[in-house]
Amino acid sequence: MGKEIINVAFAGNPNCGKTTLFNAYTGARLKVANWPGVTVEKKEGAFKFHEFQYKLVDLPGIYSLTCYSTEEILSRQYLLEDEVDVVVDVADASNLERNLYLTLQLIELGKPVVLALNMMDIVEERGMELDIHRLPEMLGVPVIPVSARKRTGLEVLMHAVAHHQGKHNNELLEHHHDMIAAQSVHRHNHHKEFAMVYSDDIEDKIDDLEERLLAAYPEVTNPRWHAIKMLEKDPEVMKNYSIQTDDIVDKSYEHEIINQKYDFIEEVIDEVLMNRTKKEENTEKIDQWMTHPVWGMPIFFGIMALVFLLTFVVGDWIAGGFEMVISAISGAIYNGMMGLRLSPFLISLVCDGIITGVGGILTFLPNIFMLFLALAFLEDSGYMSRVAYVMDGLMEKMGLSGRAFIPMLLGFGCTVPAIMSARTLEDTRDRLRTIMVTPFMSCSARLPIYVLFSKMFFGRYAMVAAFSMYVIGLFVAIAIALIYSRVVKRKEEKNCLLIELPEYKTPNARTIIIYVWEKIKDYLTKAGTTIFVGSVLLWVIMNFGPSGMVSDISASFAAGIGKFLVPVLAPAGLGLWQIGVALISGVAAKELVVSSCSVLFAMNINSDMGLEAFHHTLNTMGFGTLNAYALMVFCLLYVPCMATIATIHKETASWKWTIGMVIMQILVAWGIAVLIFQIGSMFMGG
Amino acid sequence: MTLAEGIPGTEYEISSIEVNEKVGRRLEALGLIYGTKIEVLNRKRNGTLIFKARGTRLAIGKEISNGIFIKEGPAWEKK
Repeated sequence: MGKEIINVAFAGNPNCGKTTLFNAYTGARLKVANWPGVTVEKKEGAFKFHEFQYKLVDLPGIYSLTCYSTEEILSRQYLLEDEVDVVVDVADASNLERNLYLTLQLIELGKPVVLALNMMDIVEERGMELDIHRLPEMLGVPVIPVSARKRTGLEVLMHAVAHHQGKHNNELLEHHHDMIAAQSVHRHNHHKEFAMVYSDDIEDKIDDLEERLLAAYPEVTNPRWHAIKMLEKDPEVMKNYSIQTDDIVDKSYEHEIINQKYDFIEEVIDEVLMNRTKKEENTEKIDQWMTHPVWGMPIFFGIMALVFLLTFVVGDWIAGGFEMVISAISGAIYNGMMGLRLSPFLISLVCDGIITGVGGILTFLPNIFMLFLALAFLEDSGYMSRVAYVMDGLMEKMGLSGRAFIPMLLGFGCTVPAIMSARTLEDTRDRLRTIMVTPFMSCSARLPIYVLFSKMFFGRYAMVAAFSMYVIGLFVAIAIALIYSRVVKRKEEKNCLLIELPEYKTPNARTIIIYVWEKIKDYLTKAGTTIFVGSVLLWVIMNFGPSGMVSDISASFAAGIGKFLVPVLAPAGLGLWQIGVALISGVAAKELVVSSCSVLFAMNINSDMGLEAFHHTLNTMGFGTLNAYALMVFCLLYVPCMATIATIHKETASWKWTIGMVIMQILVAWGIAVLIFQIGSMFMGG
Repeated sequence: MTLAEGIPGTEYEISSIEVNEKVGRRLEALGLIYGTKIEVLNRKRNGTLIFKARGTRLAIGKEISNGIFIKEGPAWEKK
């Protein structure tokens, strides 16, 4: 055989480990884009194995192939296309009953299917056994046991894919039903080639419909699937194929079809799954605590406190070593440039502009690394979806479903993916509200601001000061949602929580590494692009004024812009023109607030000595502890960043919402910062 | 009785589902229809609960659990 490209589509239920398996093949080298026209992620990857070139596409996680959600329609359309050679159906072997429902539908669709039984290690751990010989006989498709976590069976699976392309799904079929229990004794003699055979009345209708369909549309390759969909009164299929069906499809047979599929699945499970009763699950034991009606919430807050402890304490500890490396490098660059006798202009641009700006940001990489590590751990272990259940009561009071808490929690990492994850909420209004409050969840880009200012002004209470930002953010989010739900009364039904709780599992190192690496890569890319450009621009407006290049910074463009903002920001205790400029630059990316502070005040923030000097400078300018706190609060609440604004616009598809939210955020930030500063001054003054 | 009144640790069978169409469709895809056996695992006072059906653990809000009507499962199914 020569070189060939095999197009493989990965389909499966949510939480079946499909993405872990997909990553096991492609590593982090995958292309992530959106499916055309909709905001659902499409992942593609390619790799070579033996003489074959494989092109993999990861379909969204779905339970069914009806057409009631965007994910289902996408998957269905993609699978019906000619392009797909083989469908790899990833099933969670430890939860086979649920997963086989999609399997049966995929087989019915008519493309060659290979069933990948994932999580076989968990099946074994629980003392269950699966009859891997009987299962393919009953389904008519190859069944390959794999473990994406332990990376076993991966080559065998691709081998099966290569061999199964272009084949039909019926070569292994061997039915032998219990003849007494089965309602019909002859049905499988008539339809031996199909895994899923329905009751006689439905099979008769399928035959009639197939005949009629082929007469009108001879090009249809899988008439059986279309006939079944017509019996279900599937609106998409009914629309695309206008044949007379009313006399056959006297009502929707959807319920019967679902029921019979599950009946067959039960039959399969009875035959292939051994020791089923033996599985005493740890998940249920853990859940007795994690989802306890009373203790669930304190446990959740405890876990979150631990996450922040890790982020600040361990992150800072790593950051110590990191800072030394950065200052050594920047020192070397400065000496090198001096040695080469480059122009002072260039040296100033590189050292005062770029290194101070970008280097300042890199210092916070360890904190951000720890935060994402913790979030990845929560997500991969299966705890994240429990949070939806635990927080449902509280969220309901805010007019949101518990599920909306997941985007909010992810917002602690980065607002952009958090807002995108609000897509999983079906209800449009629920989604809009979630998008509205998510930016108040303090993202990791704001972390450098807290770390810098709390270290300078709060000494040993630095961690408390930084942590209070997260609490304030959460309370503002709750308050905004509450106010909104009071103002905009909804008439229709309330939001409903409906979420699958996967089994708890030991988080997989590889999955976590890929997750964290992607975030770190984003952060580094941002440091190299947005922050780099921002730092250069800042340097330019600081060193140039209306009269050309200036040596006195207060005659620069930056000072001009900043001074314009002073009267507005003064009531919040932020009446320094440098702060004004820093806040404007922060709209490009929040980290720029830190970079620009160090550039604007010409301070080195990479060492303790530099911080000391910075603290002193600020104090002499009348910028004290209270001012610092007001600044932190303002940064927490005002417009997150350009990328967030763009994402909000993309997800809401409305400029009205986008602009409205930006204005609201600025007003809220200003209002609360003023409140804190004014009340604080009264106490401190008196 | 409705699922919202289900007692943790007990098995039931769905006797009817009265929720809006969208939610109903999703429940169907999960195999929750007339006759499905369901085990309540954990419940909060307001009716938000965790249950297990067809081998999957699901958490639902009180709006849904109030719309799912159940009857007690066959005696021999009980543990």
